[in-house]
Amino acid sequence: MTNNGTPLLRMQNIKKDFFGNQVLTDINFTLEAGQVLGLCGENGAGKSTLMKILFGMDVIRETGGYDGDVLLNGQKTEFKTPFDALAAGIGMVHQEFSLIPGFTATENILLNREPKKKNVISEVFGDRLNTLDYKEMDRRSGEAIRKMGVEIDAGMTISSMPVGHKQFTEIARELSKDQLKLLILDEPTAVLTEKEAEALLESIRNMAAQGIAVIFITHRLHEILAVCDKVVVMRDGYVVKDVPAAEASVSDITRWMVGREVQKAAAAPAEPVRAENRDARVVMSIRNLWVDMPGETVRDVSLDIRDGEIFGIGGLAGQGKLGIPNGIMGLYQAGGTVEFDGKPIQLNSPRKCLDASLAFVSEDRRGVGLLLDESLEWNVAFPAMQIQNKFLKKYGPVRWRDEKAIHAVTKKYIDALEIKCTSSRQNARELSGGNQQKICLAKAFALEPRFLFVSEPTRGIDVGAKALVLDALKRFNRESGVTVVMISSELEELRQTCDRIAIISGGQVAGILPAADSSEDFGALMVSKVI
Amino acid sequence: MKLKKNFDGLDFLQNNLVPLMFIIICAVCIPLSGFSASYLINEIVTRMGRNIFLILSLLIPIMAGMGLNFGMTLGAMAGQVALIFVTDWQIWGIPGVVLAMILSVPVSVLLGLLCGKLMNMAKGREMILGYMMNYFVTGLYQLVVLYFMASIIPIRHASIRLPRGFGIRTTVNLANMRQCLDNEFAILYKGVKIPVLNFIIIGVMCLIIIWFRRTKLGQDMRAVGQDMEVAQAAGINVDRTRIISIIISTVFAGFGQIIYLQNIGNFPTYTAHSQIGMFCIAALLVGGASVEKASIGNVFLGVILFHTMFIVAPRAGVAITGDAMIGEYFRVFVSYGVITLALVMYEIKKRRARSQGGELLAQAQRARREGGAQS
Repeated sequence: MTNNGTPLLRMQNIKKDFFGNQVLTDINFTLEAGQVLGLCGENGAGKSTLMKILFGMDVIRETGGYDGDVLLNGQKTEFKTPFDALAAGIGMVHQEFSLIPGFTATENILLNREPKKKNVISEVFGDRLNTLDYKEMDRRSGEAIRKMGVEIDAGMTISSMPVGHKQFTEIARELSKDQLKLLILDEPTAVLTEKEAEALLESIRNMAAQGIAVIFITHRLHEILAVCDKVVVMRDGYVVKDVPAAEASVSDITRWMVGREVQKAAAAPAEPVRAENRDARVVMSIRNLWVDMPGETVRDVSLDIRDGEIFGIGGLAGQGKLGIPNGIMGLYQAGGTVEFDGKPIQLNSPRKCLDASLAFVSEDRRGVGLLLDESLEWNVAFPAMQIQNKFLKKYGPVRWRDEKAIHAVTKKYIDALEIKCTSSRQNARELSGGNQQKICLAKAFALEPRFLFVSEPTRGIDVGAKALVLDALKRFNRESGVTVVMISSELEELRQTCDRIAIISGGQVAGILPAADSSEDFGALMVSKVI
Repeated sequence: MKLKKNFDGLDFLQNNLVPLMFIIICAVCIPLSGFSASYLINEIVTRMGRNIFLILSLLIPIMAGMGLNFGMTLGAMAGQVALIFVTDWQIWGIPGVVLAMILSVPVSVLLGLLCGKLMNMAKGREMILGYMMNYFVTGLYQLVVLYFMASIIPIRHASIRLPRGFGIRTTVNLANMRQCLDNEFAILYKGVKIPVLNFIIIGVMCLIIIWFRRTKLGQDMRAVGQDMEVAQAAGINVDRTRIISIIISTVFAGFGQIIYLQNIGNFPTYTAHSQIGMFCIAALLVGGASVEKASIGNVFLGVILFHTMFIVAPRAGVAITGDAMIGEYFRVFVSYGVITLALVMYEIKKRRARSQGGELLAQAQRARREGGAQS
């Protein structure tokens, strides 16, 4: 097994390019058994690509493979498929869940690896007619759950589980594999509540204690410091830092990630908050809104949003803040009354909202926000074309797309938002997460709305891009006089950007405070009505 | 907030609309028809023995998420081809039935494989594909039976050949095989003939299905049925699993058709299979099954209700309108109607499940406000 001196995993001079675009250059690091490695870097720094190489994902082979060596226990390996990687003892928990909804946790944990009993018929017709050994399945899943150190109900079906338990089921599935030596966790805490995230960190410590090496990818830097033995920081496809976690601090890591001194903005509002304009008229009034969004239920919310302000909506995950824009814009079933500019808005009808000059940048950029297989130009211009007949030339009864105007507007936003791409005709899928988010914003800006909902604009975005996105929002608000409602889990970011902030707790408004109030006040509101 | 768990009348009604409708139709028609209880029960028991096996063949594709398998008609055709050969070879009785079943297997497997492969190319549209494939394969079947048999494929007996020398007559007579399974070990009890062997075969088939759900293959099919991508990522060969489920269904449908036809005692060569898929699916839906969920209980309830209606509807039709044709008319009309209703209900239920949460929320909000007003 592990020879003394030979690390479990050694990445040697890994290089990778996508269509001539160098994304990884000379990646070197090592990982010992039982070590926890925190991998961080801005979006587009190459973390995902590196993990895809390690896990043998198809996309790497399809785009021409990679250079350099991956050494497992000192032996050079190259996985052709994820199954090879699994066989070699590498497990990966992806950001998206990969679970069968109607199966119990046990069935999911042992999916396609169920212990079986032979019978007469299977002797004749083959192994697939072996019956399942339910007792043994219960035993093994119980063992995996114990190994993880977090209590979940093994007999519960996935569809009735809270999000966090689904995540734990995924981890237990990897742990149930006897050969598991290395576990990759790709932003596992993004969907967890604080308490669950705490439990996850504890279980990572447990796993490490049992000799399993863990690669932990996260944007929450304090989590890295809490559990990791070493930190590897990537930037623009290079490993810029590889140090023991004990020698790093959050501010160090942030500096390494962005390669420049982060402005002290993170601590305090960047500019003096505008005095609350009490005279401004109410542009949107929300009364008794309920929204049935799974995991983000809204119960009886009433809010008044004033013309021209940036209004923040904050709160803990799962308390309903995301449900508000999704409900008003008609993406989830909602009830109550919403008036915009004195006129009632019909709920459950996205088109009506868009016609009323409302726009929405969804937190679900892959699902709702982008046409992934279309060009950036098309992505930016499509809604404006569809809803407002912009970028169209008229020749008699026929309307043509005005390619020039589309190109110009896309170019403008690519420059303004510093979107990293090869050209405005590149497909949206090929961009990194942060740049995709910027395209979503550009799309909403191109609509030139009077009112903009922005949901989690910085989720999964690195520090540098964050400042840019928030800046762009502010500029958009100040220059075009657009009312912006920003929903975010990060209080500091809301305090930097917004004029007033409402905190949602237990699906209701716990309170509305000016951004200048202290974090403690906000914190108290956040937990005031938690269900 | 706790979801209310007490019995909800409206909910029950909506979930069991189709079976309830049929119970009412039967309850109205039975007294109108004037049949004696023993006659009615005898008919129903005979038809259960005849039809249940065919309907059981539908269960496995539903488990694999492929919906209602109209492709079972392919198996029925395979069964008919086998019966034609067995008739020609003059092998009668139970040996004839067993031989026909064995002969039908390779044809069923081949057709099932073809059907499964095509369905893998059109995932999500299995039902319409299966339905269309019926017409296509019916053409092949007609080509083989009408032109190839007795010209390329040897058929010795003139009695089943068309007078022109090749092709098969429009009716194949199975008189020497008629009810051979039904009569074996049959018990006569108060005027009701119970086809014991038939029921034993059906019982064994039910046990096989229950056992099958507990096998690795059955588990894989359930996984594939619920989420193909996840199953694929876990290393389950999705396409192969789906093909196997269709092949199993087709093979069992072939057996089912042989059991069905031996009970009737003859079959119209060119049309015997044409409606079988639709009637079986309608019967299953009448039993309370849906596109994604069906149990053995649904099969039994469906057969009893569906056939009771068939037996009593013509006589009830005579009693009401004086025309017996109304019964046949009813049969076709109701079958299509039930399938349409089931497909629409499936979509409505999905939507309802989504909106239900919203209603609860609105309710809670109202309740809270009223509570607040009082205090």
